[in-house]
Amino acid sequence: MRYSGFKVFLEGLRGQSGWKPVWRDPEPKPVYDVVIIGGGGHGLSTAYYLAKNHGLTNVAVLEKGYLGGGNVGRNTTIVRANYFLPGNSEFYSHSMKLWEGLAADLNYNVMHSQRGLINLFHSDGQRDAFARRGNAMINQGDDAVLLDREGVRSYLPYLDFDNPRFPVYGGLLHPRGGTARHDAVAWGYARGADRRGVDLLQQCEVTGIDIEGGQVTGVQTTRGPIKAKKVAMIAAGRSGQVAAMAGMRLPIESHVLQAFVTEGLKPVIDHVISFGMGHFYISQSDKGGLVFGGDLDFYASYAQRGNLPMAEHVMEAGMALMPMIGQARVLRSWGGIMDMSPDGSPIIDRTATKGLYLNCGWCYGGFKAVPASGFATAHLIATDRPHETAARFRLDRFATGRGLMDEEGTGAQHNLH
Amino acid sequence: MRLTCPHCGERDLREFAYKGDALALSRPEANAELQAWHEYLHIRDNPAGPTRELWYHTPCGSWMVAERDTATHAVHRTMTPAEATK
Ligand SMILES: Cc1cc2nc3c(=O)[nH]c(=O)nc-3n(C[C@H](O)[C@H](O)[C@H](O)COP(=O)(O)OP(=O)(O)OC[C@H]3O[C@@H](n4cnc5c(N)ncnc54)[C@H](O)[C@@H]3O)c2cc1C
Ligand SMILES: [Zn+2]
Repeated sequence: MRYSGFKVFLEGLRGQSGWKPVWRDPEPKPVYDVVIIGGGGHGLSTAYYLAKNHGLTNVAVLEKGYLGGGNVGRNTTIVRANYFLPGNSEFYSHSMKLWEGLAADLNYNVMHSQRGLINLFHSDGQRDAFARRGNAMINQGDDAVLLDREGVRSYLPYLDFDNPRFPVYGGLLHPRGGTARHDAVAWGYARGADRRGVDLLQQCEVTGIDIEGGQVTGVQTTRGPIKAKKVAMIAAGRSGQVAAMAGMRLPIESHVLQAFVTEGLKPVIDHVISFGMGHFYISQSDKGGLVFGGDLDFYASYAQRGNLPMAEHVMEAGMALMPMIGQARVLRSWGGIMDMSPDGSPIIDRTATKGLYLNCGWCYGGFKAVPASGFATAHLIATDRPHETAARFRLDRFATGRGLMDEEGTGAQHNLH
Repeated sequence: MRLTCPHCGERDLREFAYKGDALALSRPEANAELQAWHEYLHIRDNPAGPTRELWYHTPCGSWMVAERDTATHAVHRTMTPAEATK
């Protein structure tokens, strides 16, 4: 079923009785060409592009819970292409271009809203660093505008510009940055993959990966064994457990990141605001809730919930930046499991086992990557060669020290990103 | 989550800094193979369950080893690094 304005109108007349389930709920087949472990954003987009770009449709996505129940449904939905280092720059730039055509491509409203992202700075040194980042973004072909204090005030008059600790000196505006509806992205890719013949198998936990003579042959699951010529591990925070089934140990540590949402308010925050010095960022969802978050709790965790000290820290930073939000009431807070890599950049690569592929290390920024990651991972699986936009996301960069992508310049070590 | 400093007793999480997997206590010999250094620096078991890690208690300036569960946030045992490596 294609969605259209006409269809919505027609269903309005027919009492909404003609809508059908958006994807099938098939039984697992005994054999697939490609099995994808993990039905998050990256697994679903990989399946979609395998079918769309490479004509591979004998594909299954195996999800232990329900589609979109992981981080893809827990993130704060910021989409941006403001990276600095070669490797990341071209990849996120490609992702932004895919985002811009995504709703039309998927025939699904992902509510991508390019409302503009403003990164604030608070000193001359920080201004220089942001001017440099802006130039790197422009060199990459993306957009960036350096705003002075009055420029920021024209967009965000409600900030506390004279905060004694972090007075606002200006900001780097990324006009094409913004947000999207996280669930819709998962559902849109799921529907697109299903329509092209991909089997989406939910409640199907992978419990083992079968390898014979250095070649992957299939997986063991809670819904029985499934044979496959190629297997992709795309399990985000659970990557360590999944890779262990293939006898691999990864350069990944899983940490908890929290987020918060207030009750719905009338439109008040029109942009995405990032207050890096306070570890705070905020936007307003289309439902009206102020969606905000901060830094990792900074300890290893799989609990999908954090502790109160970080919640307090985030609220304090929000109050320092925009005292007006003290009036809003927080409705909910939650946490997700982040697959943190030592240099803060991701991995899309082959493994030492033939036919076994790895996609992980998205840290706290993998939502915006969903389109380009699926695009590149599908290319890697189909052709056995990295896609040019993801050519530097090599797994061996940690062992060799070549090609590390440490955006923050803090060192390629765990717990620094 | 509250942690027990071996010197100061049970304290609020805010007083502690996480310093990573306790594997950091098993530093390879200076002339070890590159692979050993790679594993020491980058590779992690990353367990969903019981783990051993290093924490730093900021007020008293001492390090400690905590046995903790990453799935539940329960803290089972804490000790000084000297006790942990005995
Ligand atoms: C609070 C928070 C805020 C964030 N904010 C942003 C943001 O603003 N912008 C941004 O770009 N990124 C953000 N992120 C990061 C982003 O959400 C993640 O990097 C990204 O979603 C991870 O990829 P994924 O969608 O594939 O992961 P997931 O949705 O977690 O998918 C992995 C799937 O694998 C499944 N799985 C695991 N093990 C198995 C198994 N053995 N068998 C079968 N299935 C298995 C899981 O159930 C899960 O559904 C945020 C994350 C959090 C938690
Ligand atoms: Zn102490």
